[in-house]
Amino acid sequence: MEYGFTTAAYVVAAVLFILSLGGLSGQESAKRAVWYGIAGMALAVAATLFGPGAGLWLLSLILIAGGGVIGYQLATKVQMTQMPELVAAMHSLVGLAAVLVGFIAHFELGRVAAMDAEARAGLEGFAALLAYKTPVEINILRVELFLGIFIGAITFTGSVIAYGKLAGRVNTAAAKLPGGHLLNASAAAISVLSLIWYFNTGGFFPLFIMTLAALFIGYHLIMGIGGADMPVVVSMLNSYSGWAAAAIGFSLGNDLLIVVGALVGSSGAILSYIMCKAMNRSFVSVILGGFGGPAGEQMAVEGEQIAIDSDGVATALNEADSIIIIPGYGMAVAQAQSAVAELTRKLRAKGKNVRFAIHPVAGRLPGHMNVLLAEAKVPYDIVMEMDEINDDFPTTDVAIVIGSNDIVNPASQDDPNSPIAGMPVLECWKAKQVFVSKRGQGTGYSGIENPLFYKENTRMFYGDAKKSLDELLPKIE
Amino acid sequence: MKIGTPKEIFAGENRVAMTPASAKDLQKLGYDCVIETGAGLAAGFSDQTYKDAGVEVVATAAALYKVADIVAKVRPPEDVEVKRLREGQTLISFFYPAQNKDLMEAANAKGATVIAMDMVPRISRAQKMDALSSMANIAGYRAVIEAGNNFGRFFTGQITAAGKVPPAKVLVVGAGVAGLAAIGTSTSLGAITYAFDVRPEVAEQVESMGAQFVFLDFKEEQQDGAKTGGYAAVSSPEFAAAQLAKFREIAPDMDIVITTALIPGRDAPELWTEDMVKAMKPGSVIVDLAAERGGNCKLTVKDEKIVTENGVTIIGYTDFPSRMAAQASTLYATNIRHMVTDLTPGKDGQPVHNMDDDVIRGATATHKGEVTFPPPKPKIAAIAAAPKKEKPKELTADEKRAKETAAFKTQTRNQVGLLAIGAVLLLGVGLVAPASFMQHFIVFVLAVFVGFQVIWGVAHSLHTPLMAVTNAISSIIILGALTQIGSGSFLVILLAALAVFMTGINIFGGFLVTRRMLAMFQKS
Repeated sequence: MEYGFTTAAYVVAAVLFILSLGGLSGQESAKRAVWYGIAGMALAVAATLFGPGAGLWLLSLILIAGGGVIGYQLATKVQMTQMPELVAAMHSLVGLAAVLVGFIAHFELGRVAAMDAEARAGLEGFAALLAYKTPVEINILRVELFLGIFIGAITFTGSVIAYGKLAGRVNTAAAKLPGGHLLNASAAAISVLSLIWYFNTGGFFPLFIMTLAALFIGYHLIMGIGGADMPVVVSMLNSYSGWAAAAIGFSLGNDLLIVVGALVGSSGAILSYIMCKAMNRSFVSVILGGFGGPAGEQMAVEGEQIAIDSDGVATALNEADSIIIIPGYGMAVAQAQSAVAELTRKLRAKGKNVRFAIHPVAGRLPGHMNVLLAEAKVPYDIVMEMDEINDDFPTTDVAIVIGSNDIVNPASQDDPNSPIAGMPVLECWKAKQVFVSKRGQGTGYSGIENPLFYKENTRMFYGDAKKSLDELLPKIE
Repeated sequence: MKIGTPKEIFAGENRVAMTPASAKDLQKLGYDCVIETGAGLAAGFSDQTYKDAGVEVVATAAALYKVADIVAKVRPPEDVEVKRLREGQTLISFFYPAQNKDLMEAANAKGATVIAMDMVPRISRAQKMDALSSMANIAGYRAVIEAGNNFGRFFTGQITAAGKVPPAKVLVVGAGVAGLAAIGTSTSLGAITYAFDVRPEVAEQVESMGAQFVFLDFKEEQQDGAKTGGYAAVSSPEFAAAQLAKFREIAPDMDIVITTALIPGRDAPELWTEDMVKAMKPGSVIVDLAAERGGNCKLTVKDEKIVTENGVTIIGYTDFPSRMAAQASTLYATNIRHMVTDLTPGKDGQPVHNMDDDVIRGATATHKGEVTFPPPKPKIAAIAAAPKKEKPKELTADEKRAKETAAFKTQTRNQVGLLAIGAVLLLGVGLVAPASFMQHFIVFVLAVFVGFQVIWGVAHSLHTPLMAVTNAISSIIILGALTQIGSGSFLVILLAALAVFMTGINIFGGFLVTRRMLAMFQKS
C-alpha cells in the first residue's frame, strides 16, 4: 500500500538532510540547519511507520521514546570537553545497528527462501520485496548485506576503542599486537574468503566468521593509532558509519538510506582529508598508525627553557597591544576554556586586540577548540583559522600557547629530518614574545622536542593551565 | 710591546688611528702606546689629551717607527713609511693589497707583517673590526649632508604661510653600508627616498630604512649577493641595459642622486650617464661616492665639485670620512683596538699572530717574510645564502589570460578524464548488474556527488557540530530496523528492537547536542 506516499516523504526528507548539511556553512544559518535535520528525520521515521512493512507500532514507538530519553540525558549532561568521546560512542551505536539490521536481512532471506510460492504471495513489506527477487538479485543482495555488516562491525569496535582512548579508559599511545599489520591483513583475507563462501552457500556461519574478523580489524586498527591522530580517526569512523548505512540501504532497497549514507560517508571522508592535509600526512599513514621513523639525524635543540611567573606574564600582557592565543588539547584537559575566555574579556575591555589562532588538528575532534571557546562565550569572530592569522604573528606583541605543542613546532619548517617536517604550523615564534603554558618539560604527543620552547623570545609558564590562568587573572588590570 | 701611531702624511687626511679613548683600552690589553706629535690635531685630539691618557708623545715619525712594535695608521703607507718598517714589526692600516702589489712586496722585503684593515672578512664575528663598513657609514651620511649643502631647497615638504614646499626626491644607487646610511640620513631629513641595488635581496633592508626599492622589470635571475661575500657582482649586459632604462625614466624626477655602486677589485660601473644628468632639473645634486674608482657618473671629477651647463652639481669628493675626522677617527680607532684585542688573546701585551684564525688570516697580507695574500676562502660563509623567494610578479593582462585558459584547460581535461573513467566503470557495472540494482546505484552516486559538493562549504569552526549532525542522521538506519520489525520471527523482532532502541538514542542525542553547541556560538 501507500508506496507513493512513503517515497514522497523520503524525497522531502532527503532534501531536508542536504539542506541541513549545507546550512553548516555559517554560524547563523547552522542554527536553522539543525531544525531541517530534525524535521527530515521525523518525517522519515513517521513515513516508515505508516508505510509498508512496519508492524508492532507500539513497540517501535516505545523503543524510540526510550532511546530518546537516554539520548536527551546524554546530550544535556555531556561537557563540551567530552564531545569527542560522545561522538565516538554514538558512532559505535550506528555501527552496531548496521550489523543487527544486516543480520535480520540475512535471516529474512533464509526464511523467505524456504517458503513455497503460495506462502510468498501472502508476505508483506521487506519479506515481500525479497520474495520477488531473481537469483542474480539475491546474490547481489548477499554482497550488499555482507558489506554492510563488515563496515558496521569495523565501525562498532573501532568507535568503542576510540571512545575508550578519548575518555582515557584505554591507553592513548599507539599499541599493536605482535604481528602488526599482518594480523589486519589476514583478518581482511579471512573476510574475503568468507564472502566467497557466503556468496556460494548463503549459510550463517561464514557471515559470523566475517563479523568476528571485522570486529577484530576495527579493534586493532584503532588501537594502533595515537591520541593526536584522533581527529582523523573520529571523522573516518563517521565516514564508515555512513557507508555502512548506504550498504544496508542497498540490501533493503531503501533509497533514503542510500542517500543519507552517502551524504554522511562523503562528509566524513572530506573531514578526514582536511585533517590529514593539516598534518601534512597521507590518509594511509595515519590509518596504519604511528609516525614514521625520522629520515635522518634530527637537529639538536640548543639553549634552555626559561620559566616565568604570573607577574611577568601579567606585566607583558598589560603592556601588549595585540595578543594571539593558541589553544590546544591541554586547554581541554585542564578545562581552562572559561578562564581563557575571562582573560580575553578582560584584555578586550582594555581595548587590546585579542584573537585566537586555531590549528585544524588542535584537540581531538575536528573543530574541537571552536566548540570549547564557544561554550566559554568567546565570540566566534575573533577565533581565526590558521591560514587567516598566520601572517599576523610578526606584528603581534604577545602569543600565548595554552596546551598545544606539535602544532606550534618550528622544527616542521627548520628541520627537514623532523618527523613532522612539512606539517603546516602556527608560526607563533614570530611574535615579539611567546608564553607557553605547559604542565612540565615533557614532549608532545609525537615525542618530538619543540625548539619553540628554547627560543629567545619564549618564556615557559609552567603549571596546570587553569590554575596558571586563575593566578594570572587578578593581575591583569 | 708598544703600539704607535704616526701622523698621516697623505695630503688632506685628517683622521688618526689612535684616540685617547682607544689608547686607554689598548693599555688595558697590556700595551704601551706611542703617538707622533700632532697626529691627532686635525681630528681634534691635542697632544695633551693623549698625554693625559698615558700615551707617550714622540717628536718625529722616524722615532716612532723605531720604538713601536705595532704601527697602526689609516692610509696605506707611502714609500718613505715602508722604508722605516723593520723586521718583526707589524703594520695595521688600510692597504688594498690587490691594487698595491709593489707596496706589499716592499713591505714584505722589509720582513714586516702587514695587516690590511680592508681585508677583514665579512663574517659576523669580524664586524667589530670592519673598518670599511664604519668608514662607509660615515661616507653615506656625509654624502647626504654635502648634497644638502649644495641643494637649494628643503629636504622635507612643508606647507608654510609663505607657500608650499615640495619634498626633495633622493635616489640612492647601491644599497651597501654607505647606501643604507645615506638612505637613513635622507629619510630622517624628510626626503622621499628611492633606492636601487643589483641584489634584489637587499630590498627588505632598503624598505626597513624607510626608502622605496626601485624594482626592474627583468626576468633573468639576479645574482644572489651571498655568493660574493655580501658584495655586488658584475651584472649581465641585458640587466645593465634594463637598469639604465629605468634610471633614464626616473632621472627627471630626482633632485638628489647619490651613487655608491662599487664592485670589489674593479673600476666603478657607469650607472648615471651624461644624458641622465642632462635630463635632471637645474639645481639638482649628484654625489658620486665611487669617484675614487672612476665614478658611477662619467662627468664626475675626482676630489672636485663641478656644476654642469644645465646647473646640476656633481660632487666627486673622495675624502668624506676625513671630512668628519673626529667621528671617523673614533670609529676607526675602535676597529683597530678590536683587531688588537683579537691579536692578543692573553691580554698581556704580547701579540699572537694566529694564522688559523679566519679573521686574522684573511686580513694578513704579509707575514714572516712571506706574501700571504690572497687569503684562502674563509671557513664560514660570509652571509647565509638567502632562500630564493618567489616574487609575486605583476602579470600582464595577456599573461593572466593565458594562465587562466591553461588552468581552465587542465581542469577541463581532469574533469573530462574523471567523468570518462566514471562512466566506463558505471557502464561496466551496468552490464552485469540487474536493473533494480542500477536504480539504487544511480541514487547512491548522485548522493555521494551532492555530499561532496555540500560538505566543502562547511565552515572549519563548525566541524564538530557537523560530525554530531551527520552522526544523528546516520541513524537513518532506523528505517531498516523499522521495516523489518513487523515481519518474522522472535529473533528478528529482538534484533530489530535493539537496533531501533540504539538508533533512537543516537537520533535524539545527536540532534540535541548539535543544537546545544550551535546555540553557544555568539558574535561579539
